[in-house]
Amino acid sequence: MTNEVIPNLTAFDEAALGQAFATLERQARDAASALGSPEAVEAFRLHWLGRKQGLLNEVSSRWLKAAPPEAKKALGQRFNALKSAVEALLDAASGAGPSDAALAAEAIDITLPGSRRLTGAEHPITKTLNEIVSVFAALGYSVGVGPEVETDFYNFECMNFPPGHPARDTQDTLVVANQDRRPQRDRLLLRTHTSPVQMRTMEQQAPPVRIVIPGKVHRNDATDATHSPIFHQVEGLCVDTNITFSDLKGTLDHAMKALFGSSVKTRFFPSFFPFTEPSADVQISCIFCGGKGCRKCKHSGWIELLGCGMVDPAVFAFAKEKQPAYDPKKISGFAFGMGVERIAMMKYGISEIGQFYAGDMRFLGQFA
Amino acid sequence: MKILTKWLRAYLPELSVDDLRLAEDLTLRGIAVEGIFDLGDGNGSLYEMDITTNRVDAMNHYGIAREAAAIYGVPLLPLDLALPAPQPAAASFSVKIEAEDACGRFTARVLRGITVTDSRDWFAQAEVDTYFRLLEQKKISSAVDATNFVWLAMGQPTHAFDLDKIEGGIVVRRARKGEKLKTLDGIERTLDPEDLVVADHAKPLALAGVMGGWDSMITPATKNVLVEAAWFEPMAVRRTARRHGLHTDASHRFERGADFNAAPVASALVSRILLAAGGSIEGDLVDVRVPALEARTAARKPIALALSEVQRILGTTTDADGITAATVEGVLAALGCMLAPAGAAAWSVTLPSWRLDIEREIDLIEEVARVYGYNRFANTLPAFGGGVTALSSAQAESALRETLRSAGFHEAIASTFCSASDAALTAPQPGLVVPLGNPLSEEAGVLRPSLIPGMLTMVAGNLHRDVSDVRLFELGTVFSGTTEKVDERPALAFVAAGALPEQSALHPARAVEFHDLKGVVEQVLARFQTRTVYFDRFPPEAGLNPAWLHPFRSARIVAEGTTVGWFGQLHPREAAARKLKETVLLGEIDLDRLYKLPLRKPAARELSRFQPVRRDFSLVLDESVAWEQIDRTLASLAIPEMVDWRARETFRDAKLGAREYSLLMGVTFQAADRTLREEELQAFQAQVIAAVGKAGARLRS
Repeated sequence: MTNEVIPNLTAFDEAALGQAFATLERQARDAASALGSPEAVEAFRLHWLGRKQGLLNEVSSRWLKAAPPEAKKALGQRFNALKSAVEALLDAASGAGPSDAALAAEAIDITLPGSRRLTGAEHPITKTLNEIVSVFAALGYSVGVGPEVETDFYNFECMNFPPGHPARDTQDTLVVANQDRRPQRDRLLLRTHTSPVQMRTMEQQAPPVRIVIPGKVHRNDATDATHSPIFHQVEGLCVDTNITFSDLKGTLDHAMKALFGSSVKTRFFPSFFPFTEPSADVQISCIFCGGKGCRKCKHSGWIELLGCGMVDPAVFAFAKEKQPAYDPKKISGFAFGMGVERIAMMKYGISEIGQFYAGDMRFLGQFA
Repeated sequence: MKILTKWLRAYLPELSVDDLRLAEDLTLRGIAVEGIFDLGDGNGSLYEMDITTNRVDAMNHYGIAREAAAIYGVPLLPLDLALPAPQPAAASFSVKIEAEDACGRFTARVLRGITVTDSRDWFAQAEVDTYFRLLEQKKISSAVDATNFVWLAMGQPTHAFDLDKIEGGIVVRRARKGEKLKTLDGIERTLDPEDLVVADHAKPLALAGVMGGWDSMITPATKNVLVEAAWFEPMAVRRTARRHGLHTDASHRFERGADFNAAPVASALVSRILLAAGGSIEGDLVDVRVPALEARTAARKPIALALSEVQRILGTTTDADGITAATVEGVLAALGCMLAPAGAAAWSVTLPSWRLDIEREIDLIEEVARVYGYNRFANTLPAFGGGVTALSSAQAESALRETLRSAGFHEAIASTFCSASDAALTAPQPGLVVPLGNPLSEEAGVLRPSLIPGMLTMVAGNLHRDVSDVRLFELGTVFSGTTEKVDERPALAFVAAGALPEQSALHPARAVEFHDLKGVVEQVLARFQTRTVYFDRFPPEAGLNPAWLHPFRSARIVAEGTTVGWFGQLHPREAAARKLKETVLLGEIDLDRLYKLPLRKPAARELSRFQPVRRDFSLVLDESVAWEQIDRTLASLAIPEMVDWRARETFRDAKLGAREYSLLMGVTFQAADRTLREEELQAFQAQVIAAVGKAGARLRS
């Protein structure tokens, strides 16, 4: 490396020294600002601080030697200041790595979309089912399930459907082939509700019972925007001594608030189901308009959401055949059931029930 | 059903609430008002109502007025049944009930010298013209209108015969074989011996409880009338109506249970209206009853009701007084029950003849709750001391869902049904497919024996809609067995087509392939505790591979020695049959087998502080040697310091023999307690080379 020769000093007064050292320091700063690589930093070090040919060595050996004794002290102070400055520049340059200029060459387009590892979506029905189940789990309900193919006994007879009830007709219920010759109660069908699991649970377990039953059910229905032959229900059953109609109201009021928000109100009005008495339909205040009335609630301020009631003593009488503790004079209970599709459609603004079962990636991907 | 509030109020002179409030209060008591239309001009409102079938008694004006009276505790005016004194008859009109199982009561009244004319507002409680106009009910003639008016007023069907067409007297009997009857709709019907008819001594006059006969109908020339008001048994009427494909107001009511005691009331109301245009009554009302049917309806035994039971079932009210004896008595009396005290706060309740839906104590409790108002009960939560148990499969299910979702698969739910041909293709046991008796369609003729048909339908649906990247899974039930006994098992299926679940502007997408799906299967299995998992396939001629899979690009999944599933590429034949040009990869796992395995519980082990050393081996193999052989050979070395080995790359090139391929294998050595020395590493390497050599591999030079 050949160093540029530092200028000879002709005068050693304050002004001349000040100007000479300022020039050197400016040169050092300019050089340091352009350092872009570790190699350049090393070259800078050698250039300024090199033991043999470094510029500072030159200054020391030439200017200091040539200086008259009275100027040596001032020159020495300026030399030390310059050396510190160059060392600081070197420290800064080696710590900072590549220069901004060098980094600019590595620029990327940060506005391009991020690369994604796509994850799958939970089905909105599964999601809604799980939400409902966990609300009731927090109230002490265990989860129960039962078969999708049921006998007439569990689906209808023990749920107090009278013989000849329209629901038993093949117009409403999908049935397994070749059942005509079998006794009515043994005939196999696709369960039309999750209620059979009430009886299956009671036959296995004496009271108290608190169970929530999610499941797939089927009816011989034509498909339209809101009806499907395949759908899902969540059923609930609570049996103990002293379970009352007001307990049913309180439980469902609490559950609806947990599912739809604490400002939701419920109201109950009479209905009819073979397996409960008294029976009720439950409406919640419209979750879209808060009860003021809108298109979604047909301007009524209310949305009908579930059916419920006190377990009919006739149902307990069937349970009592296997579990004597189900004596309707000593225990009481309530049951409720809700359509999962309807709730999911409401929660997610889905207008066609058929989308749940079409497996369309575009539809399902929205729930990821 | 249409209801006029003007008509309701005629029975409820003290009712003070407006029509909107009345509608709301009725609806909250289960008497649902679906629509309210203001008729203006002092005419009140028209309610469009939806009454549940168990409340036939409330499908008329007087029945709803009774509900309103009960709700508000206001008096209900009795119906005015006053008739002029009858003219003496030479002989009482002959009525005979032969079919005592099917007709419980038959009343007949003879009116003579009546005039058939236009209907008018005859007198108070008989404003036929006004009410029909407001209801948009067509007027026909004063006689027909009278029976329709009484039907709308109090829900009892009646019929008026032209008395001069009746030969002898009335016989209620089953039809005779081959008998014919022309009904009011003008259709000549051949009767079935099971049909219940109202006949005279020569011929059938009417289908009992369903429709009158043409020949005995009232005409403008009619002078003398026989007014029929009867009670027919529900099943008898239903069978007759069904057989003839008829559904009339009368059959609707009789099928659901009419009021046994309403017949004489309705007869009087019809007669009053007919006589308003002149004429007279001949003889007393003929009223024939069958005691057995009366005992099942109007003369039912009283029911015991205790206040304590009402309170035990219903619980707490928002009103501090709760349900009291006075509440129970007030509600039930207003509904027509008669309460006789039977001990302290207990009653013996005689039921009204019009409420056949009330049979038990619980029914009375429901009536108390209903009329009191469901929303006046408090919201309480029951105490609970038990524990909560989750389903045994719940954790495994959520582990499966989580694994598939994190691999980029959306959860789907498919039809429970499939076509018989898809079932034959995918059933694990082809003979054990369960057909439906009344399938929704031919494509949905059987219970799905596998989730594969649904997966195929859905992947095709996406691809045909130009959604080219498909990754779906379903966790659902599959069915097998016979129509005598159906078995249900849980299953998991997955399908993929198009690109991997990665989206980048900077790297090209890669198409999903067999080993991607295999990776998903391995991840699924890794959620369970297993000692041995392997994949294999059978030679196609063995006939053991599922027909839906490509025989050379599919694998059986074996865990703990049991087949748990199959996966691979869709058989090109099936892909072509479904017009799928894209490569489709799919598989199915029997979850009942997988659920027998416990979920894997992670256990931490000490991490070595010493440097791992990786050595790569470039091997050349005959194409008949599969990775599994190398893998097993290395495993059998059982070198504790050999902590990992894997295939890093396989490829073929021109420098190799035609049936050879090259395999780059990475092996990692690491000791828990020391840094490995070079001599040790060389010894391990030599062992590896010797072992793979025995398995048929040579080192690439």
